[in-house]
Amino acid sequence: MTVKAVPFDGKIVTGIADSQQEPAWLRRLREEGLNRYSEQPLPKLDKTKIDKWNIDDFTPVKEEKAIDSYDLLPEEIKNLVEDGSAGVIVQKNGTVIFSQLNDQLKDKGVILSSLSQAVKEQEELVQGHLFKSGVTDHKLTSLHQALWSGGAFIYVPKNVEVSEPIHVFQWLEGDSLGMLPHMLVITDVNSSVVVAENVIETKSQSSVMNGMVEVFAKDGARVKFSSVRSLGSTVTDYLYRTGVTGKDASIQWALGDMNHGNTVANTQTFLKGKGSNTKVYSVAIGNEKQKENFVSHVIHEATHTDSDVLSKGVMFGEATAIFNGITKIEKGAEKSNGQQAEKLLIISEKARGDANPILLIDEDDVMAGHAASAGPVDENQLYYLMSRGISRKEAERLMIYGFLSPVIDLLPGEKMKTRLNTLIEGKLSI
Amino acid sequence: MSNAPYLKIENLRANIEGKEILKGVNLEIKGGEVHAIMGPNGTGKSTLSSTLMGHPKYTVTEGSVTLDGENLLEMPVDERARKGMFLAMQYPSEISGVTNADFMRSAMNARRGEGKEISIMKFVREMDKKMNFLEMDESFTHRYVNEGFSGGEKKRNEILQMMLLKPRIAILDEIDSGLDIDALKIVSKGVNELRSPDMGILMITHYQRLLNYIKPDYVHVMMQGRIVKSGGQELAEKLEEKGYDWIKEELGIQDETVAAEA
Repeated sequence: MTVKAVPFDGKIVTGIADSQQEPAWLRRLREEGLNRYSEQPLPKLDKTKIDKWNIDDFTPVKEEKAIDSYDLLPEEIKNLVEDGSAGVIVQKNGTVIFSQLNDQLKDKGVILSSLSQAVKEQEELVQGHLFKSGVTDHKLTSLHQALWSGGAFIYVPKNVEVSEPIHVFQWLEGDSLGMLPHMLVITDVNSSVVVAENVIETKSQSSVMNGMVEVFAKDGARVKFSSVRSLGSTVTDYLYRTGVTGKDASIQWALGDMNHGNTVANTQTFLKGKGSNTKVYSVAIGNEKQKENFVSHVIHEATHTDSDVLSKGVMFGEATAIFNGITKIEKGAEKSNGQQAEKLLIISEKARGDANPILLIDEDDVMAGHAASAGPVDENQLYYLMSRGISRKEAERLMIYGFLSPVIDLLPGEKMKTRLNTLIEGKLSI
Repeated sequence: MSNAPYLKIENLRANIEGKEILKGVNLEIKGGEVHAIMGPNGTGKSTLSSTLMGHPKYTVTEGSVTLDGENLLEMPVDERARKGMFLAMQYPSEISGVTNADFMRSAMNARRGEGKEISIMKFVREMDKKMNFLEMDESFTHRYVNEGFSGGEKKRNEILQMMLLKPRIAILDEIDSGLDIDALKIVSKGVNELRSPDMGILMITHYQRLLNYIKPDYVHVMMQGRIVKSGGQELAEKLEEKGYDWIKEELGIQDETVAAEA
């Protein structure tokens, strides 16, 4: 007899909270999440219907054993860690199995731990930020709020610079699982951090990833957040990232989506502090029968804020993807500048790609611009490359790499770049 | 197959979007020879070079082109290049995100074939040497192909590619246009460096000026989509001195452009 996962009830939430001896406020957050999850409809996504997708047919919080030493981590993780990295944290399924931070940074007050542990050790800090970035409220995010586990917590104190990457791994293994990791990054005044997130999957069928990232860049802080995701064709990936900037702060997102399955990814940044800025650069390659929906959303709330959004997509096979860029400039956000571009290469005839630039401007004294394009590779460029003896296939490959390079170039370190290149190569050769 | 290249064009007719541009071109180019095709605008010169390279916009309707006895017209663009055809283009494409070095290494490896790829060290040395020769700044290696290059830099980049790929037949389409005298000297130096029995050259130009630096063995005049007169260096000098009118008079041509005789 197969046991189909039941729609979740209060017992599951209590179970998670008990196992981590969570405080009352966090239990309440989970319960509220659970209630809203059962009441709310699915989010309405532009041109992507997700009502037949796997939303909650999974076993949540599969616990894993901790790993004592770095050497015991699997090669595919160690191969992605740069020499001299600032730290490494690994979540496998429901549990953070490894976490290690450079001693010098520890001495300076930098914190890297699972979010569950941070709830115990940095309760005030976590309580003040968790689910407070302005996360959009709907069935998927509520489900996450009810069932998140493990998670990563990064805190950088005032005036401390972390210039080498902190590696965050999310590792999904096993069938019909739900993995709901939550990353909370807090960079205090005038500090900086580089976060390199790698999402990997080994032997997993029909699982669901429902993750969330919250980044708080306080006044003058600089955050570089990079992510490369590669989940299998039967795994459904829902991801909501939110960033909030203080005065003169900056958040740079460099995102490589190389999933093989259905994907919803939403990255929104609230420019709340005067003079703050964000850069949201992303690439995605769709192939086979994948359906994907990407949103890069920037909200200018303060004066003199800058945003630069670039989304690039390459579509193969029968894949369909929507790339929406939304730049909102609120009334009063004078002297702000919001620029965005969505560019798609549609390689095969049956592939579909939609690039939708949306500017919502409520203030007169601003600059804003957008560009969008979707089409096949340029015939003249192809001819030029081929006229030097390069085959059509290789010429297309070069052009696709060239097309994606502005995003690849932003990734921290050669290993992450190489991983993305390898994943692109894999996608191109299907 | 003998080692010296041999390009043979017979009665070549080609059109673009149904409009005939080439109306029966005959020309033979052998290794070691430098041919110049001159002529006013709109007479089919650039169409000839694009048709020989295989630009998809042009359709050949009649005639034949063989390189070393092989039918060139049956080959796609990349295969023509691997057989030794090269076209230094009048308007080279800009390709964002692809560095000159990656582009050139891919091109060299495509010509060498699988399993015979050039080592990175050897490639870098060779590219450095040729760039030095053409007085190109080192930064060109890592700049994206032709992106943000000035007109003169693009032309130098075309010659750099030619020097690295060592074609059997090189076509230079208005390689002199938009060049100042110093750049023209450098570009010519590159072409002259390659002159040898292993390569035949076809230069297309408006101006006799280029021919002072790259001395042709044969000069042809193109009008109305075909070659109407051929001679030696002295023909170019006469054209420089007297213009094209005397040829038109001699041949009874009113309008020399392709459009005229539709």
